[in-house]
Amino acid sequence: MEHHHTDIFALADWIPLLLTLTVGIIYSFGHIRLLQKHIRWNAWRTLSFLAGILMLGMALYPDFMLWAHHDIRGHMMQHILVGMLGPTFLVLGAPLTLGFKTLPKATSRKITSVLKSNIFYVVSHPLTALMLNIGGMFVLYLTPLYVESLSSPYLHHLIHLHFLLAGYLFAWSIIGPDPAPRRPDFQYRMIIMFFAIAAHAFLSKYMYANLLPLNSPFSNEQIQEAAKLMYYWGDFSELILLFGLCYLWYKKRGSLPSGKMAVH
Amino acid sequence: MQAHLDIYSKHSKSMWAGGLAGVGLMAGVDEIIFHQVLAWHHFYDLSTTEIGLLSDGLLHAAELVALVAGFFMLLDLKRQHALLKKSAWAGFFLGAGGFQLFDGIVNHKVLRIHQIRYVENILPYDIAWNVAAVLLLAIGLIIMRHAKRDLHIKSVANQN
Repeated sequence: MEHHHTDIFALADWIPLLLTLTVGIIYSFGHIRLLQKHIRWNAWRTLSFLAGILMLGMALYPDFMLWAHHDIRGHMMQHILVGMLGPTFLVLGAPLTLGFKTLPKATSRKITSVLKSNIFYVVSHPLTALMLNIGGMFVLYLTPLYVESLSSPYLHHLIHLHFLLAGYLFAWSIIGPDPAPRRPDFQYRMIIMFFAIAAHAFLSKYMYANLLPLNSPFSNEQIQEAAKLMYYWGDFSELILLFGLCYLWYKKRGSLPSGKMAVH
Repeated sequence: MQAHLDIYSKHSKSMWAGGLAGVGLMAGVDEIIFHQVLAWHHFYDLSTTEIGLLSDGLLHAAELVALVAGFFMLLDLKRQHALLKKSAWAGFFLGAGGFQLFDGIVNHKVLRIHQIRYVENILPYDIAWNVAAVLLLAIGLIIMRHAKRDLHIKSVANQN
């Protein structure tokens, strides 16, 4: 009966959605500003970013959130949109690059110095991002944390925020189009991608087999459906990252001097 | 001499790229037809051990990587005019047959990740599965022999 507090929390329920839309509007203003200054910008980037915003918006729409709260299948779809698909499309929108082109020079320089810092290098390293992302999922579903989050709205929001940031970081470390000093090479990122897919596939089947998370109020069928959603949609979103990564490799080889391109 | 080296490395690169694509495509066919359309394979069956699940996950990751990486390697070779079609097809069939045989022997019988179909007498299914694998491998070997003969002719022509 705890869900009848809608009157009090009605406004609060809209906050995640409003924040998301605000980010989308700021990005759109950036695009308009570039148009006014006659600076070239790939419209696909804007479309991708707005698609990412749309996915987040869907998942954070109050009715969707309510469904996610009552049904683990809803939770899983929300998780896929917030933590995997949404961030991938946001990253492809290259918001930092857009920022560099529109923000004052001094601000851009500050952002660059953050990007060049050692702390940022460690945090944004594909291995760190993998740990935060997949490691976070193992912790959420294999410990009582998930059941805990059902009764604590703050924990619930915090977990969403974690998966959004970790998902963004991971996608960025693999296929980020933004400038990144010292980004690990293609092979390294491919190996990380390989382990991400394997860990995700293993965890979802393990959850299906053992009816995890334990002690949740959901039926066995619901849990197994959710694990299947996680497996197949997870695959889909990792396939996008794989395509992006291989495309970057293909593009880079195309831009090498022809001597290096020759088969040897 | 340079041309001689080049054509052989084009051959092996084309074979590898085709092979990766073959492995990935066969795995994709397995996933779509037997898992999704026919629903003969189970997503998980109760006999699968944790080691089985772990190897299933690793194998699945390898399939996806092979499919996408193979596709882009073929594109890259084509761009360099270094794609030998026969060699790539040979690799493709060897990869597809090799995966099918691996799936039929190691996954179905050794690791017992899943069976082809859940019926009383599985033997005819296992035989059909592995015979199909051997046929694909045989096609791959025949094309490879043709590709090697072409290679020999070309390299001799280049030396003269």
